[in-house]
Amino acid sequence: MIKFSDKQLAIPKLMRPVYLVTAGQSKFDRAFPDKRTEELCVDALTQAAEMINLSPAELKSYIHTCYYGHFADHFGDQLLGEAVIHDRLGLDPLGNIGVKTGGATGGSTLWEAVKAVASGYSDCVLAMGWERMDEVPTDEGNFYISCAADKDWEGPLGHIYTGYYAVMAQKYWKVFGKEEESFRRTLAEISVKHHGYARMNPYAQAPMKITVEDVLNSPVVAYPLRALDCCVMSVGAACAIICDEATAMKLTKNTKNKPLRIWVTAGSHTLRPADRRDMEIPLLPNETKEQYKDLGKNFPGGERYPGFTGFLAARMAAYYAYNQVGIKDPTEDLDVIELHDAFTISDVQTYEDIGLRPYGYGRDYVESGDCYHTNPKTGKPGKLPSNLSGGLIGCMHSVGATGIMQVFEIACHIWNRWAEIHGDEKIWKKFNRQKPSDWTDLQVKGAKRALAISHAGVGSHVTCTILQDPDNLIKKDA
Amino acid sequence: MSQIGQVSVKNGQYKIKGDFHHLELGQPIRSADENWKLVGITNPRQLTHMHSYGGEALFFESLSQGKLMATRCDNPKCETKGSIYQPFRIHCPDCLAKMTPIDMTDIAKKTAKIHTFMVCERSGAFNFLDKPIKFINIEFEGVVTILMSYLAVGEPKMGMRVVPCFKRQDPTFTILDLCFVPEGTKAEQLPRGFSF
Repeated sequence: MIKFSDKQLAIPKLMRPVYLVTAGQSKFDRAFPDKRTEELCVDALTQAAEMINLSPAELKSYIHTCYYGHFADHFGDQLLGEAVIHDRLGLDPLGNIGVKTGGATGGSTLWEAVKAVASGYSDCVLAMGWERMDEVPTDEGNFYISCAADKDWEGPLGHIYTGYYAVMAQKYWKVFGKEEESFRRTLAEISVKHHGYARMNPYAQAPMKITVEDVLNSPVVAYPLRALDCCVMSVGAACAIICDEATAMKLTKNTKNKPLRIWVTAGSHTLRPADRRDMEIPLLPNETKEQYKDLGKNFPGGERYPGFTGFLAARMAAYYAYNQVGIKDPTEDLDVIELHDAFTISDVQTYEDIGLRPYGYGRDYVESGDCYHTNPKTGKPGKLPSNLSGGLIGCMHSVGATGIMQVFEIACHIWNRWAEIHGDEKIWKKFNRQKPSDWTDLQVKGAKRALAISHAGVGSHVTCTILQDPDNLIKKDA
Repeated sequence: MSQIGQVSVKNGQYKIKGDFHHLELGQPIRSADENWKLVGITNPRQLTHMHSYGGEALFFESLSQGKLMATRCDNPKCETKGSIYQPFRIHCPDCLAKMTPIDMTDIAKKTAKIHTFMVCERSGAFNFLDKPIKFINIEFEGVVTILMSYLAVGEPKMGMRVVPCFKRQDPTFTILDLCFVPEGTKAEQLPRGFSF
């Protein structure tokens, strides 16, 4: 049983308010044989400028530091790929640095950008992320991804990262899912939801109108996970502009973007799941120690925390974030969220890690209908809609960009610009994609507060981003 | 004529012999969609890295001798003194003291059981294991961590008792020299080169 010190559990504090001013993203797809990565990054930065009625050159003139999220150098066979992009964006002589934390790279890039502004080092920071996963065949791609695991202890075992992850999914399936057919169908429902929401998103790579049966009949990847339970492999870029208050106000004057307060926290856990040791469950503000005393009794095999069923890194990122901004109950205090649905089962695990439901009861977030834009059971707005972008399963997982795409998505809801950004015929045509005849506006009406979780592989790194309308802060001095 | 790259250490320096890379020109990538215009180039590359096992070398050497080595923190000032780690790790994760290597082969033979598992139909490039790969994570009594390996015989189940076996014949000096089989498996059922 290991313990953490008070100093390690201290709640982070920003030295001054930090704002998300604008953001942008490229089209996401499995491959772009006709585009260099910089072209996708230019697309993202240009959109960010247009969102606040500026030219790219005008926006660039405000930027003081650049953080670049790009996970896998070896895919592109280019070390210092960040410097290549920086040059092509014409951002000399600004200081810039690359950020790499696996699947959480996008979130971690924002984490760094926010701290640069909070510290006073810069008043305006670019956080840009991308990934290029189309430059090797799939087998070699799987090998490259497996290089993120321990090269001596895990890599030689098949060079297949999915396998290292899936042992945890299997444990959750047996312990908390109890191998129930009804739980398997709930997992499939998540895939149907995310591929379905992707249909309303012109940027999304995997829009699909499918049924639970389609998911259950898709090929097994690693039982119980099937092909349609898994995220896509993508190419694309996304960026965000992070500022202090004065710059934020100036940049957004007479635009549709209201500057949004932003906080990003981060947690970690062992790179090798094999190194996990037992501990008490760190509690979120909406939980009590008492509620978990019978966890092992109710779910035999669930006695060990985090064992192979929970993600400590996600729990800690949420712990820091909720206490920092004053969230008491995420389902009450938040309006819309984007989670890192690498697999349907990890989506459910995250519901528990971030306190949407207690450990063991994550499935209820789906089965209650709370996770939907419109609750299919009641026909009323979902209590806390998740992954309206389509998430990693339906929209994209171009690793370094993913966490930034999520934040762009939730910001669009608070800016009340979701329909404009996703429904514009010109965007659908530009991407050579067909806008569906039943396109639906997924704007969450009146959204004021939102969350995004960015997560690395087996849970080694997780970030939690919170956005709030500055006139609707839960805690004024956060 | 090419010769496989080989490395030894002498006077604290790597001494290399043979070929560590091969030259090959790339090929143009052209678009069938647009009148075969040039869109890119392939970049073939084959090279050999050198990698130090450092303080973990003992673990990988011991597998080829039929021993499963772990480490134990014996620092009297450490709050988690006495904890045994498998995977073998050089330093205690709490106090960072160098730990004591211990032979835990008997503990593994008597107490190993499957914590969780995954049967995986796919692999990445450069995989040497037969598919499907039966990943298992193994608990041992008195060990605070849960080792990842693979089951070489039979079908995995949570809680199943398993025993380690070792590739003593033609060892690879990698983690592939260790696998597990269900308790009661006969020696003749083991994969080629492996023994208990």
